[in-house]
Amino acid sequence: MSASVNPPVAFTQDELGWVSWIEPLPEVELTERHFNGLVDRARAKSEYFRLLVRDPEVLEARTKTDKDIFYNVADGLPRAERELAAAATSRYNGCIYCASVHARFASTYSKRREDVQKLLDEGVSADLGERWNAVVKASVALASTPITFGPDNIAELRHAGLDDAEIVDVINCASFFNWANRLMLSLGEPSK
Amino acid sequence: MSTPDIIDTLAGIKPGSALDALRAKRLQARENAQKSYLSLFEPIDAGEFSLLERAAVAAFVTGLHGESSVAAFYRDKLAASAGGAALLEAIDAEIARGKTSGPYGSFPSGPLSIESTAGLIYRVSAASKSALGTRLVAALEHAHLLVFRPRDAASSDMKALLAAGWSNTGIVTFSQLVAFLSFQVRVVSGLRTLAVANA
Repeated sequence: MSASVNPPVAFTQDELGWVSWIEPLPEVELTERHFNGLVDRARAKSEYFRLLVRDPEVLEARTKTDKDIFYNVADGLPRAERELAAAATSRYNGCIYCASVHARFASTYSKRREDVQKLLDEGVSADLGERWNAVVKASVALASTPITFGPDNIAELRHAGLDDAEIVDVINCASFFNWANRLMLSLGEPSK
Repeated sequence: MSTPDIIDTLAGIKPGSALDALRAKRLQARENAQKSYLSLFEPIDAGEFSLLERAAVAAFVTGLHGESSVAAFYRDKLAASAGGAALLEAIDAEIARGKTSGPYGSFPSGPLSIESTAGLIYRVSAASKSALGTRLVAALEHAHLLVFRPRDAASSDMKALLAAGWSNTGIVTFSQLVAFLSFQVRVVSGLRTLAVANA
């Protein structure tokens, strides 16, 4: 929808904008059905969410799936590693916008900003230590089409110390970003 | 809920099993993955993206991921849809033509250019075009892009869908459907793999 946006050409932890290629709903046209779809009312300010709210039922269900997978920290993977799985998936699929957001979160929660930057700079083969390598490798195997995730990935995650609840979180986080990346990449583009 | 949980069904997760208990720890995610499925395949209003089109795109997208319980489920769904049986042959032929390995595609010109990788730029065969019709031809070509080379997506792809008769709202639901299936097929694959590792 918007014209030239100065798109970023490299992966970054900087804050980026995002502009839609098709028309979001105007804020003044949003009804209660749309606000239910947005879940958080403040999202009415976001071009991305005002575009997705064209189908409010799908957006609401997707948002609630996202929040539980990433924010419900009971009995599972630490936030930092959920964000790492999201960042690695985004790095591999090539979503500069999603990678920027979740690399930033991974840095915040892990305090390992340089390792996160190494993932962005070198790509998913960067050596980040056994536990992070296992998470990144599992995320990449899940993001590949055909999917190559197999018993070796489970064995590596276990060897790195993850229990089954944590492995389910890796599967959920990485799988979810195959959803998110495809929306962000195809409906618009990032801007600096 | 009347419709059984699709991910549990496709991953073979039985009530009371270890994986059932693990999925119960993310109850809101489990329930809303199901609600996502229902809102895409049993929508309140299918006006901008017909149920037949949804089933056809789903069979194509999951078929591109390879043989699986998920692909079989959506192929059966297409076969059971009104008008779906007539599309099966064309969808099967297009899955066979479109199968490849991803993700591939181009990065913006700059330091990432060395990571750009070429691959199949899929187009529907001339033979399938009349069976599928203009809207589905555009949908399948765009779905293939989203499955294998999402980083190649450009504003011109949106214009192609609009030109083929897709509305803005239809494009949003269509994009959600392809992207959701990319999630669902992976969760099912991941959970099945974990179940086998624990067997």
